[in-house]
Amino acid sequence: MTRWERFKDNDIVWSFLSSPGAMIAAAITVISILACLFAPLIAPFDPFDPSQISLWDGKLPPAWSDGGQPQYLLGTDNQGRDMLSTILYGGRLSILVGLAAVCLGMVLGVTLGVISGYVGGVTDAVIMRIADVQLTIPGILLAILINGVGRAFLPLELRQEFAVYVVIIAIGLTDWPQFARVARGATMVEANKEYVQAARIIGLPAWLIMIRHVLPNTLRPVLVIATIGLALAIIAEATLSFLGQGIPPTTPSLGTLIRVGNEYLFSGLWWITFFPAIALVVLVFAVNLLGDWMRDALNPKLR
Amino acid sequence: MTDLLKISGLDVEFPTRRGTVRAARNVNLTVSPGEVVGLVGESGAGKSTIGNAIIDLLEAPGRVSAGSILFEGEELRGLDENQMRRVRGDRIGMIFQDPQTSLNPLMTVGAQLIETIEKTNNIKGAEAEKRAIELLEQVGITEPKARLLAYPHQFSGGMRQRVVIALALAGDPDLIIADEPTTALDVSIQAQILDLIKRLCRERALGVIIVTHDIGVIANIADRVVVMYRGEVVETGEVAQILGAPEHEYTKSLIAAVPRADRKLDRFSSVDYIEGGTKPFKRIDIHTHWLGQSRDVRGTGKAVEIENLNLSFVLQKALLKQNRKMLQAVDNVSFTVNEGETFGLVGESGSGKSTVARLIAGLYRPDSGMIRVIGQDVVSNPKSAAARKARRALQMIFQDPYSSLNARMRVLDIVAEPIRFYGLTENEAETRRIVGDLLDHVGLGASAALRYPHEFSGGQRQRISIARALASRPRILICDEPTSALDVSVQATILNLLKDLQQELGLTMLFISHDLPVVRQMCDRIAVMRHGAICEVSDTEDLFSEPKHEYSRHLLNLMPRMDLLGEARA
Repeated sequence: MTRWERFKDNDIVWSFLSSPGAMIAAAITVISILACLFAPLIAPFDPFDPSQISLWDGKLPPAWSDGGQPQYLLGTDNQGRDMLSTILYGGRLSILVGLAAVCLGMVLGVTLGVISGYVGGVTDAVIMRIADVQLTIPGILLAILINGVGRAFLPLELRQEFAVYVVIIAIGLTDWPQFARVARGATMVEANKEYVQAARIIGLPAWLIMIRHVLPNTLRPVLVIATIGLALAIIAEATLSFLGQGIPPTTPSLGTLIRVGNEYLFSGLWWITFFPAIALVVLVFAVNLLGDWMRDALNPKLR
Repeated sequence: MTDLLKISGLDVEFPTRRGTVRAARNVNLTVSPGEVVGLVGESGAGKSTIGNAIIDLLEAPGRVSAGSILFEGEELRGLDENQMRRVRGDRIGMIFQDPQTSLNPLMTVGAQLIETIEKTNNIKGAEAEKRAIELLEQVGITEPKARLLAYPHQFSGGMRQRVVIALALAGDPDLIIADEPTTALDVSIQAQILDLIKRLCRERALGVIIVTHDIGVIANIADRVVVMYRGEVVETGEVAQILGAPEHEYTKSLIAAVPRADRKLDRFSSVDYIEGGTKPFKRIDIHTHWLGQSRDVRGTGKAVEIENLNLSFVLQKALLKQNRKMLQAVDNVSFTVNEGETFGLVGESGSGKSTVARLIAGLYRPDSGMIRVIGQDVVSNPKSAAARKARRALQMIFQDPYSSLNARMRVLDIVAEPIRFYGLTENEAETRRIVGDLLDHVGLGASAALRYPHEFSGGQRQRISIARALASRPRILICDEPTSALDVSVQATILNLLKDLQQELGLTMLFISHDLPVVRQMCDRIAVMRHGAICEVSDTEDLFSEPKHEYSRHLLNLMPRMDLLGEARA
């Protein structure tokens, strides 16, 4: 068997190849991510280059409507930036923030969850109560709080520069309890299995058992949460930016674009809000579909 | 006598994406009223598939592709779902393996019975309730009227299985299909349930099909036997003929592999008809081999000493100590295992035998008492270097070969883990060579090292477990029901392997099992446990010839009758 045939023979790959919904969702996700990643190569304009921006071209409608210009396919925003280019650059930032925030939340949550589930007792009680308390506060409020505190500690001149990192930390710190709960549950199941007992009898220390034996066997459900968490993190970033708490308008993300456009919505300049919003919805929808499929495919009981 | 059920030329297929699996091929089978037919075979033989095919409950995507199923002269194949529903329950009853899952935990026993009675008998209310009480009485449940209001979790496993039988009888069926009805139960309860099924069969002139892997069950209950192997019927006949003078090679092997309780043999008769039975494995010269070097330290002559061991589990948590409900899992247990012997620990489920093993292995800490491994106290200061060193000489083989190996590690890494962790070898090349030797030695072949556990069968996985246990060069091996999850033919080869290893390496073995014939073949001395306490400790032959304790006699009496089995299994 060639490598490709063996790969295709894998149950999960097979389930993917026979599920059109998952394939479309994956295609949209991959295309979006690639388009945003290679924005500097694809986008017709660079929204960060002042020489390419002219206020005279501001507020132009999409190319197909009256007064549109062919080089600005989706029109321009209030500052004269090409919408298509700005969405690509903005999406890049949104995806970057989403991925980084999910990674942060996942590392933190899974670490605490596995320790909590494996060690049990007081450690477990303390970690899970903290998670419970945090879950009683709406995530976005908490993110705003962390974001505000984080910024207050930064000197003025660094705020702009570090805004992105503050947002990542704010979102990451908000969503760790989800990961911790899932990882803890999976750990408690695995820790009772005989292979973990065998490792204990060999005499391996607890940390090594957790890393080598328990952790790899808890990753499946965590992966599902991470995919859905990515969609949520992108939305959280957009919400923060929309509320003016996140990334400053000078470095566009999907959220800031929607917010800026919102001010012009009643002046009839619908495209400034509409296109970034559509991009956000499609991206989040595709990632969610992928997460749903993954949950089904990785759960042997549903197969 | 006319046939109640007549199956002829039955084929069952499971189309999968890796090709069609033919789970049953050209199966012929008849059942008469008042007759118990045993359907026997090992896992994957297709015996359950036949039972499910009769009442059209095959798991998707399975389907009957050829043949006919005549029930009281009516063709069942091709009936639609509505017609089939009237056959099920009404005319054919079903008893499943696990009484834990075949009752609805949220409904009272009475509600489930009455619901079934109302649906199948066209009677309502008080009359249905009266019938439910009658049924419970018939299956031997005392105070049936009060029990109607109880929930399944308030019943023991055996009582639950009785309720399941009552449910199967509710529609007054003519045929009952029992799929491993006693596998999940203890021996003492198994005997009662089999008696009940047999009695009902005679009294009501029911046809009964018993699907089982257990020759003991067949010997106790069946009138006729159908032996299946890989989807085909290999032999059909009267029970005495099949068990006493089997004709087909497979039947002979199968019966030969059943451990005998009447006398001790040197080895289990090996089964060459079945998977990997006589695969020759490479012999290594133990005296020059790395494995043999562990024999140099000799202890006190006592491998494990236990004194007044106690452990209780909390059943119900409470802040105040007097409000907590505790279960005394291990109750003042003391015994000594001598170096080089095989010490058996027997008892029914819940007797605390596995808990004792886990205490010795250090997975639990005792509430009080003393455990010495090779003369070293491992309880009072479990983290000390000396205690750790003593514990390293002790390894364990677990019951379930499917959960005892980490599915995400290669066999090489699983077996090499203790070697690498303790730095027992000079370099990686030596580690790999030794892992290869170990795998050869347990009969798998060194090429198994690069594969993952899911590519192996249950018996092969148990061999990997044994190789892993040997890798830390133990002197004491704890075997916790090492073969109870395996087919009887595979069981024989694994037990032979353990015997060989013990002889070669001079291992001490603590062998835990509920299966008395197996224990008789394996052990030098035996401790009988019940409710967490030890009833008696005797030499094996003494225990089987003249048991001292009343409970030991009780257990011995419950052993499945095997006198039908002839000298086919010498």
